[in-house]
Amino acid sequence: MSIKLTVNGEARELDVDPDMPLLWAIRDHLQLTGTKFGCGMALCGACTVHIDGQPTRSCVTPVSAVQDRKVTTIEGLSGPAGQAVQAAWVSLNVPQCGYCQSGQVMSAAALLAGNPRPSDADIDSALAGNICRCATYVRIRSAIHQAAETLAAGTSAPTKG
Amino acid sequence: MYYPHVAGPQASSRIGLTRREFLRLTTLAGSGLTLGIVLPGCARTGGGAAGDGAAAAPLSMPFVRIAPDNTVTVISKHLEAGQGVWTGLPAIVAEELDASWEQMRVESAPAQVPLYGNLAFGGKIQATGGSTATANSWQQLRQAGATARAMLVAAAAKEWNVPAGEITVSEGVVTHAGAGRKASFGELAARAAREPVPTAVPLKDPANFKIVGNEKLTRLDARAKSSGRQQFAIDVMLPGMMTAVVMRPPRFGGKVGSFDASKAKAVPGVVDVVQIPRGVAVVGRDMWSARKGREALSVTWDESAAEKRGTAELMKEYRTIAQGKEAVIVAEHGDVERALGRARKRVEGEFEFPYLAHATMEPLTAVCRLSPDKCEIWAGCQFQTIDQANAAAAVGLTPAQVSINTLAAGGTFGRRANPDSDYIAEVASIAKATGGRYPVRLIWTREDDITGGRYRPLNYHRVTAGIASDGKVAYRQRIVGQSILAGTPFGAMMKNGVDPTAVGGNAAEQYDLAHAHISWNDPKVGVPVLWWRSVENTHTAFSKEVMIDELAEAAGQDPVAFRLGLLGSRPRHVAALKLAAEKAGWDQAFPKVKGRGRGIAVHESFGSVVAQVAEVTVHDDKISVDRVVCAVDCGIAVTPDVVKAQMQSGIGYGLSAALYGKITLTDGHVDQSNFHQYQVLRINEMPRVVEVYIVPSGNPPSGVGEPGTPPIAPAVANAVRAATGIRLRSLPFDLAAARKA
Repeated sequence: MSIKLTVNGEARELDVDPDMPLLWAIRDHLQLTGTKFGCGMALCGACTVHIDGQPTRSCVTPVSAVQDRKVTTIEGLSGPAGQAVQAAWVSLNVPQCGYCQSGQVMSAAALLAGNPRPSDADIDSALAGNICRCATYVRIRSAIHQAAETLAAGTSAPTKG
Repeated sequence: MYYPHVAGPQASSRIGLTRREFLRLTTLAGSGLTLGIVLPGCARTGGGAAGDGAAAAPLSMPFVRIAPDNTVTVISKHLEAGQGVWTGLPAIVAEELDASWEQMRVESAPAQVPLYGNLAFGGKIQATGGSTATANSWQQLRQAGATARAMLVAAAAKEWNVPAGEITVSEGVVTHAGAGRKASFGELAARAAREPVPTAVPLKDPANFKIVGNEKLTRLDARAKSSGRQQFAIDVMLPGMMTAVVMRPPRFGGKVGSFDASKAKAVPGVVDVVQIPRGVAVVGRDMWSARKGREALSVTWDESAAEKRGTAELMKEYRTIAQGKEAVIVAEHGDVERALGRARKRVEGEFEFPYLAHATMEPLTAVCRLSPDKCEIWAGCQFQTIDQANAAAAVGLTPAQVSINTLAAGGTFGRRANPDSDYIAEVASIAKATGGRYPVRLIWTREDDITGGRYRPLNYHRVTAGIASDGKVAYRQRIVGQSILAGTPFGAMMKNGVDPTAVGGNAAEQYDLAHAHISWNDPKVGVPVLWWRSVENTHTAFSKEVMIDELAEAAGQDPVAFRLGLLGSRPRHVAALKLAAEKAGWDQAFPKVKGRGRGIAVHESFGSVVAQVAEVTVHDDKISVDRVVCAVDCGIAVTPDVVKAQMQSGIGYGLSAALYGKITLTDGHVDQSNFHQYQVLRINEMPRVVEVYIVPSGNPPSGVGEPGTPPIAPAVANAVRAATGIRLRSLPFDLAAARKA
């Protein structure tokens, strides 16, 4: 069955099992590997993408459910919140093994897009679905606050490299 | 999508040798093409070879390559699994080279011993583990950096016709002030490659370090890992590649009896179903079809040799074993029995520790491409030499015919370092069983990971300790827990029948005890076990630090003062303990608020000493850790921010185990399968405040990846005691159960 969706602003058509989770469609069929597999049950958040701007676990979202919708993966993350988050992540050396960080960044960017000055409690609540086994959590909190300050100052610097 | 030689974030833009060319050159280096191999690890491997006169050639040596584009690439013999070696190892080279941090790059070394052997393990195996990466690389990479620097200087001296001694190097620029000449490393690389390799090079006085010890270094992998561009094994995409999942025995020790693949093969996208030594593999054109195929697969298992006991039965057996007289003596001095009989105060405790899964964020994944005379592996390999040998055995080639592409690992915590290379051997076996017709990627699901064994061993400790009226301590401990080493190729690491990875870090090793008797039993259980971040210290530190706290309480002394009284011969323990206590404000009374308390613990592991103070709030039998103050002595802190990150990480990883971690078995079946049942720490449970302080030191670097983990659970248990009066002696913490006990 052919499924039409928009991924990172580009119209794509996939001939896959409609039940296939979006995660495997974008990884195995679109070769967008920044989105990670961690649990397959929406328990860890490594697979987080934005669907029409909302953070969504792609590992339990059938690809047929995003027909005609806008999917943004880490590769397509842009806009002031996304850029501020990624710049803060680098500046505070947040990642360790890095495997969960695409999901963390996607959740953080979505949080800031809706709540430009989150408290620690807001951050904990918005990112509680994203597991990091390296426990980079203290730095994630700091980086989100730093990104919020960048956004407030209106000087969001694009990430380098 | 697969970039054959990309290891670091910036490597895709580099000019220079491909991995294959580099391999060829390093191989040739051993055959004498490269002249003057004098310093291990500093031989030139390319660029200066006869007939290789290209002006754009890099200065290429086993651990460092300086390219005409002015990048300096450090070749990492160690796996980057989050612990920061891709930053720490380049920092060591950059320091002696006087490079600028911005020009540093990193890539993984191929599997090749002895060139890339771990010197802490005798140099014969290439392996990352035991928190040894920085320690064993320290002198090697300082020499590598200093050698390359000397060759750049020699090249500049020749070109400018000035004495080498008048040349200075700073921030990646070589300068002769008198002649008014300057050149970048890149401009000098080709000429430097033609210089002889010096036989001896001076190393810097640590007082002049600028990069080593610098708090501000950006991790070399930070950008790639913040943008989804870091490549892990699960991201490797080879032309024609298929994806495999394996159905494994539901009980440890089980084997395939027979299987019916007809329904699995009928699933669209499934291309092969093959038996391998560890189970039955279903191969599909993508992960989804492979998974659906596995769901349709029917296997009958031969469980005649399978482990069928549950953990409740095992723990009951362990308790019985602990009562027996038979045991291996681990440590014995003084006269424990007599001293305990005469003690003024005695305390006793039983401790239980569950099996624990590592639960790396990247479930185990490996890719294999097999041809008649070659086997290529892509994985986050932690034991390259062993993985190479196991893959070779699986496909019927020699180890030399197996090449290993070590990619960044999405966590390991010890899981990827296993003597039979389970997931590597599996992917190689699948490639063999499918005739090498296509490259194959094996992915473990989270369920495969949680139920897959290789756990931190189940443990039972029984401790009796006493204090005499003169303050002398007697300490008797029995440890019952499976050996990690026995029966494996690492069995030779056992001494006098004692497995240090089962019993190390005990109280007799870490405190000045007048009388001590530590003994151990290795129960025979069919559940495979493995090192899990900080290994034996995950349990020995806990019973030790909780019992020492109980002794302090029995003696009516402050926990810090009491410990200091038993650490007279251990200045590094004393310094770390005092620093943590000072920064936590230990000498000021803790606010008397219902349910709040603080506790302390100190422990040495992997050559480093870590002390932690934990402040907790207990409400409705739920423990919240509010603040952790950590002090670490790890020798010279090569990259202090990475050291701090590793302490934060070790604390979080240890808290996961303290609050939740538990693998149980019923009738030999693992009860947990995914993160809903095997809970791990989430951001809302991470302490709001984690402060890390580094004890100043001029000693060579020691471990940081693991030593942050052991003290946190006992520090929290001791804080809970202060907050509630309840002694927690088993992990994970269960306040309601402890209240009843």
